[in-house]
Amino acid sequence: MRHRTVLDSAEISRAISRIAHEVIESNKGAQGLVILGIPTRGVPLARRLAEKIAQIEPDADADAITGSLDITMYRDDLRRGKLRSPEPTRIPPTGIDGRTVVLVDDVLFSGRTIRAALDALADIGRPDAVRLAVLVDRGHRSLPIRADHVGKNLPTAIDERVSVTVAEIDGEDAVTISAPEAA
Amino acid sequence: MRHLLSTTDLTRDDAVDLLDVAEEMAQVSEREVKKLPVLRGRTVVNLFFEDSTRTRLSFEAAAKRLSADVINFSAKGSSVSKGESLQDTMQTLAAMGADAVVVRHAGSGTPHRLATSGWIDVPILNAGDGTHEHPTQALLDSFTLRRVRGGLPASGPAEGARGTDLAGSTVAIVGDILHSRVARSNVHLLNTLGAQVVLIGPPTLMPWGVEEWPAEVFYDYDDALAAHEFDAVMMLRVQLERMHQSFFPNPREYTRLWGLTPQRYRALPGHTAIMHPGPMNRGFEICAEAADSPRAVVLSQVANGVAVRMAALYRLLMGTESEGRS
Repeated sequence: MRHRTVLDSAEISRAISRIAHEVIESNKGAQGLVILGIPTRGVPLARRLAEKIAQIEPDADADAITGSLDITMYRDDLRRGKLRSPEPTRIPPTGIDGRTVVLVDDVLFSGRTIRAALDALADIGRPDAVRLAVLVDRGHRSLPIRADHVGKNLPTAIDERVSVTVAEIDGEDAVTISAPEAA
Repeated sequence: MRHLLSTTDLTRDDAVDLLDVAEEMAQVSEREVKKLPVLRGRTVVNLFFEDSTRTRLSFEAAAKRLSADVINFSAKGSSVSKGESLQDTMQTLAAMGADAVVVRHAGSGTPHRLATSGWIDVPILNAGDGTHEHPTQALLDSFTLRRVRGGLPASGPAEGARGTDLAGSTVAIVGDILHSRVARSNVHLLNTLGAQVVLIGPPTLMPWGVEEWPAEVFYDYDDALAAHEFDAVMMLRVQLERMHQSFFPNPREYTRLWGLTPQRYRALPGHTAIMHPGPMNRGFEICAEAADSPRAVVLSQVANGVAVRMAALYRLLMGTESEGRS
């Protein structure tokens, strides 16, 4: 396997800053925003995004708008795949009804995770709008889903692996791409 | 995990994992849509050969919250009264396409027989077999204890219990240990989770060989209360339907010696939770004052039963198809 680092810590930080500005711009402020990370690595990314938003818009409180949304129970491959344990779902006390929910995930690939997340959201409440922010969009969608805010568009081959590490979980921030050795 | 027959089959990690999944299931009860799509299109059969209110309703609610179809079977009014055997009943259910069977039976070992007989090849969940085991009751008791010990709300959604066990806590189980499947399941599970178990009851209602159990035994309630500061006192129901001989002279003497009387209740340390698997015989093994006090977590136990059973169904029916069926 050949590994190549696509984004380093500083670049990830800049990407999140830009996404924070984009989210505020399209929402015309921070009012009514709820930032939900999809476990595992979407959760710390959502946290950072909310903190950036709170820096830019001082009336926003990062703690009050951040949460996590577990999609384990809504996966379409639950019966087949390995034994999965649900991760926490934590919705801010204000709820999501009538709000603008920004879903945050690390990598957008087939789109199946996001489909499951939309189903999970519908069981929790009725947001005004749902936006999708991802750190990396690697293409190869199987469903008609696209991201509103993308840290980096990364054209990949289907057999390459994109992995995101974050300091909160893995000790360092990086996006790497690994390709199998040519035979 | 293929079946849930006995708490002795659970390792500490299995048990903590089940309780953690149940923590997530408890969140669902507060949502707008109290349902998860996990078991959509699957059929869970509740096979009850013995009377039950809360366990059957709880399993039914759990299966329905996971979107499963539920078929309730009770021996009364079925072909069992025409003499149908257990084997034929099970093969009928298998032919109808059941995906899991929850069974309660007066015969100890019935769930084990169903799991090993080859009559039906689906996960079996023991909902109480004779005087043997009642594993989901023990799981919900441990779930409640974990909450109470952490100073958390005894039921409903809460943060902070995930990943913990019961190491360092002391739990009393009081009353008819001999006939109690709840006590058997609890002794094993509480031990697995690191709690110290103290059994209290009349010598006539202690099982043969109890000294081999991983528990301390007291025949005098007040001696036990003097010797330990209990985190919880679990009062068992005196099972009059299983008593075909006199185990104690009369009910009043039982209440005086082994009941949670107002005097004993008032002398308990402030943090002791009062538990009862239900149904309670008020004024017999537990006084109304204790049963209605804020320290009684009896209704929380019932609420947690749904979450724990959802976790058990989820674990047994999901994700393991490829390995589990081989």
